[in-house]
Amino acid sequence: MIETALAIGLAALSLALALNLWRLFKGPGVADRILALDTMVINVIGLIVLAGIASGSGTTFEAALLLAMVGFVGTVAYAKFLLRGDIVE
Amino acid sequence: MSAGAPWAEALVSALIVLGGSFALIGSWALVRLPSLMERLHGPTKASTLGLGALLVASVAYFQLIEGKWTTHELLVSVFLFVTAPISANLIAKVHLHRLRLGEASEAVGPAGTQPPPAPGVEWATHQAPHEGSAGDLQGD
Repeated sequence: MIETALAIGLAALSLALALNLWRLFKGPGVADRILALDTMVINVIGLIVLAGIASGSGTTFEAALLLAMVGFVGTVAYAKFLLRGDIVE
Repeated sequence: MSAGAPWAEALVSALIVLGGSFALIGSWALVRLPSLMERLHGPTKASTLGLGALLVASVAYFQLIEGKWTTHELLVSVFLFVTAPISANLIAKVHLHRLRLGEASEAVGPAGTQPPPAPGVEWATHQAPHEGSAGDLQGD
């Protein structure tokens, strides 16, 4: 039962990533592209969590945690750069 | 993959399908909705909730089926639930800033046009909140 659910979840997250990629290329604004990248990071964290369940090992969560932190810092850096023209003031 | 109690497998499967569905709905909103302020709703609410369900599914799987207690996932979910509103706020500020500079255009969606700021002030995207506070660039 879990195998079927994992297949459904992986398919849904992959489709979600494809939709994010479409928004990333389509735009139309810079803010849309930042939002698309932020959502892609969230979906990739979901994929890593599902891969951790599928493999049954608890070694993937450091990757998920690191990606959560780096994704947030990246989004803030993009936004700060566009707002102030500088990242660290 | 070892087998657990049927109700545990059903719980984990339901949480995985729920999480995947919510993540997909959030990303579909990103494609479907017409303006950026409406598009922000999908990823910040639906996708974050979906990822929360996936992380709870992971905790439940390792505890109920593998018999291991892990808390890394809770750390990830707490971090995401704290940071999602902050990044959404910053993206909205970037959008308002570029609208004011005329570098972005706003499509009118079902929610209508955004309300104007209070008379005499601008949206606080570039200026400091108060005179003399941190980030106040007067006199630079």
